[in-house]
Amino acid sequence: MSSTAITKSIDARGMPCPGPLMSLIGAIREGQIGDVIEVLSSDEGSATDIPAWVAKAQHEMVDVIPEDGFRRFVIRKAR
Amino acid sequence: MPAEIVVLGGGVGGTLAANLLSKELGKDAHITVVDPTGMHVYQPGFLYVALGQANGQWLARDERTLLRKGIDLAVEGADKVDLSAGTVKLAGGASIPFDHLVAATGSRLMKGSIPGLIEGSYDFYSLDGALRLREALRTFRGGRIKVGVAGIPYKCPPAPVEFVFMIDQNLRRRGIRDKSEITLLSPLNRAFTIESASKLVQPLMQQRGIKLETFFNVESVDAGAHAVLSLEGDKADYDLLVLVPPHKGQQVIIDSGLGDTGGWIPTDRVTLQHLEHDRVFALGDATNLPISKSGSTAHFEAPVVASRIASLVRGTAPKANYGGRVMCFLETGNGKATALRFDYEHPPVPPIPSWHWHAAKWLFNRLYWVTVPQGRIPERASKGGSES
Repeated sequence: MSSTAITKSIDARGMPCPGPLMSLIGAIREGQIGDVIEVLSSDEGSATDIPAWVAKAQHEMVDVIPEDGFRRFVIRKAR
Repeated sequence: MPAEIVVLGGGVGGTLAANLLSKELGKDAHITVVDPTGMHVYQPGFLYVALGQANGQWLARDERTLLRKGIDLAVEGADKVDLSAGTVKLAGGASIPFDHLVAATGSRLMKGSIPGLIEGSYDFYSLDGALRLREALRTFRGGRIKVGVAGIPYKCPPAPVEFVFMIDQNLRRRGIRDKSEITLLSPLNRAFTIESASKLVQPLMQQRGIKLETFFNVESVDAGAHAVLSLEGDKADYDLLVLVPPHKGQQVIIDSGLGDTGGWIPTDRVTLQHLEHDRVFALGDATNLPISKSGSTAHFEAPVVASRIASLVRGTAPKANYGGRVMCFLETGNGKATALRFDYEHPPVPPIPSWHWHAAKWLFNRLYWVTVPQGRIPERASKGGSES
């Protein structure tokens, strides 16, 4: 479990692709530099979509934590 | 005493729900539809207006002519829903009581929320926007056309893809395709939200020389420099920019404490009831459900809402459930189209584009006024879900 302080948590479990990624993009759009956003997603597509978008948008992927039936993505808004 | 039912919004979902409730409950219900314009607008037609394939006259009709006799229509905005009092306060100051409320309030375009969007881009998401774009296309003689999405969620997800195919056809017909570059700026890492549909349309785009730029979420438009900037840090230069404006739920939903920060109503995906207020049902664009915001969705949801409210009025167990059913046509240009039919459990398997689906879309556009709002679609086709 990451010990990073979470600014905003998005529970996107049960939401189909691309819902979790779009929720993350919305949170990044509204957030401040340095904010740490956590996305919980049970969608398999998120495993590739979210890290790919975070790299493209030049934010920081702090952690991807496998949980029971979902993944916990932790992202820091870098710019 | 008849049950008081108020339907907020006279679009596809609101009109159909009101008519089905009237048909089902007769004198056991007094139904009022509240709509700020009193005009019912067939929004899928905007795309054809923008491309000069239709005029705007067939897109709007007086809502009164679409409602069953006995349904009241209040042509007025709704300011606030007071759940404790069970009333809807209208803009003019009057209040309407309700036992059951249907929020079919749709979505609104927030063109001012993206810097430079109004000055620097065109759209086909309103009649005004479609007419402006039609004029811009009429005088277009070649150059870089960029088509993108300025916010998610947005209505009719296939529309930007349809537009790039149809503008490709338009420019070829006019003999200026070789002087033009068409690029779809997608907010995702593919052309379309649904993966199976992307797999169908991306090779077609490639065949026709339509470029795809992925992970481009519009942040601002520099109208003076003719450039659109993305949240990801990219810049795209354009000569003609067509953007889907950002969408938001209606202010009355926010002001009444019925929605989330985007104005979308937290809705049970099966019963279509508000997650916190049993007397409130939501359908169409107004919900927060992660499915297409489209007339088709509202069309399939309305029978479920009407059936469930009728059960509540009658004191019987509700049977209708919404299974997430949506059906959209997707124009692929050159007189062909495909169809996207899916629900919560089954992603679409779009058929190879053919003229049949294109003809079906045109036929549907023409027959809409005498079928959908009145519920005159065969039961099997209009059933939005299942009965348990």
